[in-house]
Amino acid sequence: MIVRLRQPRREVEMAGGRAAHAVLHDLGLSREGHLIIRNGTLVPSDTMLDDGDVIEIRPVISGG
Amino acid sequence: MSKCRSCGEAAVVDLPRHNANFCATHLQQLCVRQVQRAISDYAMFDESARILVAVSGGKDSLALWDMLTELGYRADGLYIGLGIGEYSEESQRITCEFAAERGLTLHTVDLRSDHGFDIPTAARATRRVPCSACGLSKRHIFDRETARLGYDVLATGHNLDDEAAVLLGNTIRWDVDYLARQFPVLEAGHGFPRKVKPLIRLTEREMAAWCVIRGIDYVVEECPMAIGNRHSGYKETLNDMDERSPGTKASFYLGFLDRMAPLIRSAPQSQGAPEACPSCGAPSSSSETPCAFCRLESTSSSHEPVAVRMVLNRTARRAFDAQWGGE
Ligand code: SF4
Ligand SMILES: [Zn+2]
Ligand SMILES: [Zn+2]
Repeated sequence: MIVRLRQPRREVEMAGGRAAHAVLHDLGLSREGHLIIRNGTLVPSDTMLDDGDVIEIRPVISGG
Repeated sequence: MSKCRSCGEAAVVDLPRHNANFCATHLQQLCVRQVQRAISDYAMFDESARILVAVSGGKDSLALWDMLTELGYRADGLYIGLGIGEYSEESQRITCEFAAERGLTLHTVDLRSDHGFDIPTAARATRRVPCSACGLSKRHIFDRETARLGYDVLATGHNLDDEAAVLLGNTIRWDVDYLARQFPVLEAGHGFPRKVKPLIRLTEREMAAWCVIRGIDYVVEECPMAIGNRHSGYKETLNDMDERSPGTKASFYLGFLDRMAPLIRSAPQSQGAPEACPSCGAPSSSSETPCAFCRLESTSSSHEPVAVRMVLNRTARRAFDAQWGGE
């Protein structure tokens, strides 16, 4: 599956077949600091992701 | 598939601090209730108030504006063009589109065209950190425009994470004066408008979820000046604690408001500055010398323009180049 990250914008390829929170964990990202958007739709962190998915991991922390 | 706690339909988001998942409808209901509760707990304003919302193009201020109009309040927006390169261009475009699509009234002040400087230039010319020059300019202009345009109250999009991070900083420094003043309402006084923070019961993640669910386009990338600053560091620390023990952040800040603030608050918080600036007339501590904003303006507007990248620290510059392609 394709995982889109922000700040800066970039894409990484990762294996599917696991929960969204496991992906966050592998990338060293906190659950409280991010939302998971799968194929354009917001999903909870325990959602199982598939190989064919496009996942956006959207950071929610702003520093101003 | 996880289900919504309220209706059992498919959930779109998990909120660990509530130990539950919510569907789009019930996440919105939760957000609206928290905002209504903050407005009524702190008597922020009533239905007849004319509200000016400080909008930046980020998730919090656009969500706040959206919620207030959705709840039937009379809320207009004020955007300040800070001149922070492409970040400012994008946030202005997004804010204008948001207002136009919904037929809302948006006022705009542009630092460069109205005051002859921008934030990077002000930071360099006055040797301030950018956020300090920016905070001073925004406060001055929001205060001035709220009064000039005849609004009853200025509403800002500070959320629970923002306030908890400020509280953590104030506590670490034991800054008792700031702690005594950290409150979601500042009363009007001495020419300053009333200021309120209706989002204090909602986290950043909840605000971002609101925007995604409502289809609100907002600037996701943060201001380049914020990268690696101390405020962001406090937020990450609090989120780490929340990860281990969900609800820590909320109990830290909301518990402060409920149990600590009443003990240390001095009388209703009014803002002090009894004199008027001789140059712009804004409330000031002296009628002899120009106010801090006028001094910033005169130093900065005579300085040659400085590019954003030039005032970033090394970490922020690396992130900036990766994001915007460098120069
Ligand atoms: S991060 Fe700093 S410079 Fe950027 S908008 Fe916020 S206060 Fe201004
Ligand atoms: Zn529901
Ligand atoms: Zn002045």
